Amino acid sequence: MLSVNGLQVFYGQSRILNDVSIEVPPGQIVCLMGRNGVGKTTLLKSIMGVLKAKKGNIVYDGVDITTTAPHKRAHAGLGYVPQGRGIFPHLTVYENILMGLEALDSKEQRNSQDSIEEVYANFPVLKQMGKRVAGTLSGGQQQQLAIGRVLVRHPKVLLLDEPTEGIQPNIVQEIETLIQSLQERKNIAILLIEQFLDFALGIADYCYVMEKGQIVSGGNAKELDPEIIREHLSV
Amino acid sequence: MELILSQIFNGVSLGSILLLAALGLAFSFGLMKVINMAHGEFIMVGAYVTYFFQQFIAPALGGENAAKGGLFFILSIPAAFIITGALGYLLEVLIIRRLYGRPLDTLLATWGVGLMLQQLARSYDSRNVPVTSPDWLNGGLMISDALSLPYKRIFIIALVVFCIIGIYYYLYRSPQGRRTRAVMQNREIASVLGVATRRVDVLTFALGAGLAGVAGSALTLLGQIGPQVGTGYIVDAFMVVVLGGVGSLPGTIIAAFTIGIFNTFLEMSTTATLGKVLVFALIIAFLQWRPNGLVAVRSRT
Repeated sequence: MLSVNGLQVFYGQSRILNDVSIEVPPGQIVCLMGRNGVGKTTLLKSIMGVLKAKKGNIVYDGVDITTTAPHKRAHAGLGYVPQGRGIFPHLTVYENILMGLEALDSKEQRNSQDSIEEVYANFPVLKQMGKRVAGTLSGGQQQQLAIGRVLVRHPKVLLLDEPTEGIQPNIVQEIETLIQSLQERKNIAILLIEQFLDFALGIADYCYVMEKGQIVSGGNAKELDPEIIREHLSV
Repeated sequence: MELILSQIFNGVSLGSILLLAALGLAFSFGLMKVINMAHGEFIMVGAYVTYFFQQFIAPALGGENAAKGGLFFILSIPAAFIITGALGYLLEVLIIRRLYGRPLDTLLATWGVGLMLQQLARSYDSRNVPVTSPDWLNGGLMISDALSLPYKRIFIIALVVFCIIGIYYYLYRSPQGRRTRAVMQNREIASVLGVATRRVDVLTFALGAGLAGVAGSALTLLGQIGPQVGTGYIVDAFMVVVLGGVGSLPGTIIAAFTIGIFNTFLEMSTTATLGKVLVFALIIAFLQWRPNGLVAVRSRT
């Protein structure tokens, strides 16, 4: 569904990603792990096109999208929930959700009332708070909004950057349940950055471990030895 | 009392023109972090559109006295909006877009464009030129024996109110406005959600330019126009943007009227030059107290 081959990405002079290759098969959850600052977020941003690749390529659905503009990648079906949530603080909750429909054509946008209701069913708080300005929501509510805003257009590939970071436990639970229910429907591929090892191994089909801008380990979640990964993650 | 009222009225009228001029600056700075030094010349172009309508369209509309009927004037306002907007569109596509992320170069390049536009007007006619106001805008509304509100200024205020209502509906009620506000708040996220941000940039820039054109059209009611008619207003318009707080429509509106009223009052009680100095000194003092302007935009992160 999505494959990254030999990707190199720079911030100015410094190389952040060095020859990174990963594969996200359709209908599977792939988890990306590693300490802070090893390049996980950079990889996701490069896949969305926010950062430009210097070498290597990104293939999505059989098409090379390495130089495609970010908004066109969204139109093609890539959905991205950034670290820190990235909601629009001065738009209302409802307007934020409408922004999630931008990647659809105008006819699909008009017929998306059911999709919005589906998001409300997953996150009832978003319906209650619909007219509130999104910047006044709590961190957990903002995270639900960020996820709902992307799911409303049914992306084919979902990139999640630490969706459970700094959020109260009961909402973490809701998000975990949601990710699992998405997987059960099997029509979406998920690339997830996650720090909680147990959660990651429990939910993922495949795991990659990154260190200093490179993939240093990878394997089926069931077969991986948690101890080896723990070693990579320990500070 | 009458004097104070009439000064307030003049201040509101000045403020409303400043507001039209400042909105474009506020858009381009809030959205693209671009300081457009050619913005004053958009005002000038709008004024000349009205002048050319008087010279060439008015005779076609009906003989000798057509200008006094004012039909040409009314028609010239949307025309100024469209023509100046198209000019803004061109400037964004040809120059500003190519200097993205280079604020100093953008400043110099747009200043150069401004000088070229001024020279173009000067080459046509270096003198100031008059536009005949429509007959029905002569005179004023008599409030009392000593207080009369000129119809021209009432017309300008009404025009600006009309424009502000339009902008409000555009920004807060239309999908394109929602997109614009989203890009203003977080460009990167808007783009990964599927918004073509460059398209939003160019349309917003053209809208701002068009509004400056409308301001120019309105200015023809207040006196003769010339190649440098925009220069006089642009500094004040910049002040409005800074005082109002970047990215805030209410802030820009309040700031425009505040500066307009302060300007007229301080100029009346001192001299034109000293009045301006005092206004700037007050703005600087205010910004020391609230560096983000009147309406600071804040949120949880």
